Amino acid sequence: MNSKKRAGSFIRYIVLAVSLIMIFVGTRTGEIMTVFQKAAYICLECIGIG
Amino acid sequence: MNRIRLLFQALWFAITNGYVRGFIEGKIYQGETKKLCVPGLNCYSCPGARFACPIGSLQAVLDSGQYKLSLYALGFMAAFGVLLGRFVCGWLCPFGLVQDLLHRIPVGKMKKKKNLPGHRYLIYLKYLILALFVVILPMTVTNFMGMGDPWFCKYICPSGTLMAGFPMLLMNEPLRAAVGILFSWKTFILLLVAVLSIGFYRPFCKYLCPLGAFYGFFNKFAFYRFNVDEEKCIRCGKCQAVCGMDIKTWEAPNSMECIRCGDCKAACPTDAITSSLEKLIRDVKARGSSADGEKI
Repeated sequence: MNSKKRAGSFIRYIVLAVSLIMIFVGTRTGEIMTVFQKAAYICLECIGIG
Repeated sequence: MNRIRLLFQALWFAITNGYVRGFIEGKIYQGETKKLCVPGLNCYSCPGARFACPIGSLQAVLDSGQYKLSLYALGFMAAFGVLLGRFVCGWLCPFGLVQDLLHRIPVGKMKKKKNLPGHRYLIYLKYLILALFVVILPMTVTNFMGMGDPWFCKYICPSGTLMAGFPMLLMNEPLRAAVGILFSWKTFILLLVAVLSIGFYRPFCKYLCPLGAFYGFFNKFAFYRFNVDEEKCIRCGKCQAVCGMDIKTWEAPNSMECIRCGDCKAACPTDAITSSLEKLIRDVKARGSSADGEKI
């Protein structure tokens, strides 16, 4: 495996780990409930009302 | 390949938008899975939606005035991006499916084209929309309580108009009474995208979609990538000829514009294009057979 491929492989795993950590932190800080409150009720802006 | 992809897209749509009761009663799903984002542009106000839209979720957090950044939504988007890149656009996006179906409508003697005039400049519009309508405007244009609007969902997203706006308005009299200029504007955008999709291949994905723009950044190093075997490739150009996104696959197999539909792989006369998944399967098989050989 050349160094470019190795770097790419390393970046992939790092980004995946960081993104999973971000989801976890977002869950702990309450962002998940902000998303839920928006997603579980009709979003008037999304349907073009207001 | 096209038929398999179409079936896969339809199946994925049925799984993620399978709340049939919502379509019957004109209500939206309120279960626990609405906390989770799906990979594609899938409006959470669609009566059938069982999950949340990542772009909608990102704006919901940013315009709430409570957070400077949405780690949660960006985490989902980055995870999908690094795993799949724009494979999401080609296989897992409901609005991608809509555009693919529209593009199958025959246009008589008129010739279908891949790109709009000004394609090489227009492709950058989606990055501007991502930065401006998804991040900057929802965060900065706020009311006295510090809350903003989901600008992309409100003023642009044709997926929301089609999959949430029309079904919800059809089934709810009070909502119909509230229809105004905004709905007319969004219907105009939807019709424009729909008409263009008949004559041109996926104009929304190419020029407007902020989610596709985001996933494009991951195409080069995502787990799912394409590889061109330089020794096998004869540079015949058949991959670009069949590519709806008009990519020179032999030069840029991991272009930010590639939606991983796989048409280039199917068209390649020398089987020079492979995906990282195929390579992985081949390597595992080779390892298995060499291990068997050693045992004998």
